[in-house]
Amino acid sequence: MLRYVAFRILSTIPVMGVVALFVFVLLRLAPGDPAAVIAGDYATAEDVIRIREQLGLSDPLFIQFMRWLGDLLQGDLGTSIFSNKPVTLLISQRLEPTLLLTLTTIIFSVAVAVPLGTIAAYRAGSFIDRLVMLFSVGGFSIPVFVLGYMLIFTFSMSFDLLPVQGYRSPFSEGVLPFLRHIILPTATLGVIFIALISRMTRASVMEVLEEDYIRTARAKGQSEMRILVGHALRNAAVPIVTVIGIGIALLIGGVVVTESVYNIPGLGRLVLDAVLARDYPIIQGLMLFFSFVYIFINLIIDLCYTFLDPRIRY
Amino acid sequence: MTAVLEIRGLTVSLPEDGDREFAIEDVSLSVEPGEIVCVVGESGSGKSVTAFTVMGLLDPRALTPVAGSVRLEGEDLLTLPDKRLRALRGERMSMIFQEPMTALNPVVRVGAQIAEMLEIHTRLSPTERRARVLAALADVQLPEPERLADCYPHQLSGGQRQRIMIAMALALEPALLIADEPTTALDVTTQARILQLIKDLQSSRGMGVLFITHDFGVVAEIADRVVVMQDGRVVEQGTVAEVLHAPSHPYTRLLIDAVPSMTPPERAEATGEEALSTAGLDKRFGTAGLFGGGRVVQAAKDISLTLRRGETLGIVGESGSGKSTVARCIMRLVDPTSGEILINGTDIAGMKQGSLRNLRHQIQIVFQDPYRSLNPRRTVGKSIVEGPMNFGVAEDEAWRRARELIEIVGLSADTLDRFPHQFSGGQRQRICIARALAMEPVILIADEAVSALDVSVQAQVLRLLDDVRRKFSLAMLFITHDLRVAAQICDRIMVMQHGKLVEQGPTAAVYANPSEQYTRDLLAAAPGQSRLPD
Repeated sequence: MLRYVAFRILSTIPVMGVVALFVFVLLRLAPGDPAAVIAGDYATAEDVIRIREQLGLSDPLFIQFMRWLGDLLQGDLGTSIFSNKPVTLLISQRLEPTLLLTLTTIIFSVAVAVPLGTIAAYRAGSFIDRLVMLFSVGGFSIPVFVLGYMLIFTFSMSFDLLPVQGYRSPFSEGVLPFLRHIILPTATLGVIFIALISRMTRASVMEVLEEDYIRTARAKGQSEMRILVGHALRNAAVPIVTVIGIGIALLIGGVVVTESVYNIPGLGRLVLDAVLARDYPIIQGLMLFFSFVYIFINLIIDLCYTFLDPRIRY
Repeated sequence: MTAVLEIRGLTVSLPEDGDREFAIEDVSLSVEPGEIVCVVGESGSGKSVTAFTVMGLLDPRALTPVAGSVRLEGEDLLTLPDKRLRALRGERMSMIFQEPMTALNPVVRVGAQIAEMLEIHTRLSPTERRARVLAALADVQLPEPERLADCYPHQLSGGQRQRIMIAMALALEPALLIADEPTTALDVTTQARILQLIKDLQSSRGMGVLFITHDFGVVAEIADRVVVMQDGRVVEQGTVAEVLHAPSHPYTRLLIDAVPSMTPPERAEATGEEALSTAGLDKRFGTAGLFGGGRVVQAAKDISLTLRRGETLGIVGESGSGKSTVARCIMRLVDPTSGEILINGTDIAGMKQGSLRNLRHQIQIVFQDPYRSLNPRRTVGKSIVEGPMNFGVAEDEAWRRARELIEIVGLSADTLDRFPHQFSGGQRQRICIARALAMEPVILIADEAVSALDVSVQAQVLRLLDDVRRKFSLAMLFITHDLRVAAQICDRIMVMQHGKLVEQGPTAAVYANPSEQYTRDLLAAAPGQSRLPD
């Protein structure tokens, strides 16, 4: 087990290396020039070349890559071309809102989706099942920004129950303001994940309910509720946990639209701004960070399997 | 004295699209305290539906009891509210199932699964429960109860798992135990021990047992009374002596006659040319770890055999004996670790997959489970012609051959346009045989090919295999755990245990004078020898 964990952690190194190379090359291949953005609309061609020289962007790609890699190995993700702040600082500043939004979304989604999916599976083919599946298809289909503005319109503007936009840190500004601000973004993001997780739960539980040991549990005189929770859900957990894990990874890297709609200063917004400005160091740093998160969460999921299913051993 | 179980005129309806109106019709039977009643029948006879109705475990969407009564110690189960029924399940009536692997929850320790029974029906404290669990494990003669209670099902053997199921079912000393084919999935020696255990517990506790089986050998071994079912109806019932020795219904006689005899018939010695031989065949699974931490299983060790055309060589052994590994090595479905495999004089043991492909048609296999070995989305005909066409036989010719073969295996030509799900298990196995024959093989491997079939069908498929062996002068390798079946079809026999060859020789000689203790144990374990007419 420990050997497996050590192996998995070590094996992230080559993966990260490949990611670093790809991110670097793809960014340089994409059209757009940070120097031109910095120089502004009225700059001359000479200005742009001078800025490019200063940024080191006119060196051969290989040299640029090695320079970046060298810094990287010392834990330095570089400095933003525009704000002149270290990328690590920018990421850490923006991490809190994104992490907390991810956390609330996942807790909310799991709390709603797992019971929904389980009930749908237990009553497969019934009215409740169809309703859950209808909601699930709807949840997948509705774009985040449409849902977001609809919720803002209803809860913030029409009924004036919740704030329209913004973010309050629970650490410096209090838990209550934080919760009031996080409810709508959580609900908006949650819909997709509820759809995803409830579908997976339904499929997985349905399969397990056909198993012989469910019949054994009934033969023991166990109640249906306990059969569902104690026997079915535990056995159905592996695929459900997988989806939840992927959900967490997606949320940390992919809340660009929601953060924009609700004006939350998180990583998603940082990505968006950096891409628009061609702020190479930030984009590179973020991509590396996201892929690290992805790999790390996958490792956690794999380790979770051993707790959920004693037959899985590494 | 009231009967433990009294079923009167029980009728259970099938859904409207079923192949008949009722799953079981007008079934009446009773189980007295201290009595073992066997319900015998083939698949579709309604024996399991009867058992599940008693337990209230029918799928309510598909099957509903429409008439009759089921009384457990006088209480009519069909009219009870769910809550009362749940209280009775486990407490007054319990059930054990065919597959001890799948009947236990794989992610819960077995001790906890037994404790769950006590948790549902009693108010014992966790310590008291633990003590009862350990006592229950000791009652079913499991060694080291302390350690076993903390194991997960996959860490136990099939026999141990079935003992766990029995311990669980009997934890609360129910009045009625329903056993649904509890030994069918087990090895013969294990089967004998489990049957003995059920019998012992039954007589020491005086409970009634409703024992569902398809195997008259098992009936002869364990039953006090027998109920024979066919197509959802009871066709005969009586004491075991009456039913076994003076069956009144022709179907009962057919079932008894279908149990293969343990006495091998006279067989002429095969003189065909040598088709297959192996020398020193070894197969190891797993790898020795770099620092000696790996786990290696020697699945087959130093197996040498020869097989002539027109001859049937049986490999018998219990699960884990390595008999299937040998077959898979010969097919090169797994790569042997060392040794020679000569097919018509060519060594294929180390041959590359590319060159092996040209020899593949010479050696064909029929698998155990006919329900899973045919592609469900392909017509039978397409499944049969696929192989020959892969080897360059023209389409017309392949179809002509398919039509010919499907009649040889005893099916009509229109079979070819239909899909596998439209056929019964026996018919599917015939299709699988036709598919194997379409390749014009020299060697046919039958890997437990009749083990999943009903006895009456089993006899027919065995006869078919013997016919095609003769007709096409096939060299047949017959893998089985069933000594009765092996006695009937094999010219020579090899007994395997723990990957090693224990004994071999002409079937009649081995059965009459086994030279090894293991062979003797194996032969003695075949059920029903004392009471079945031979």
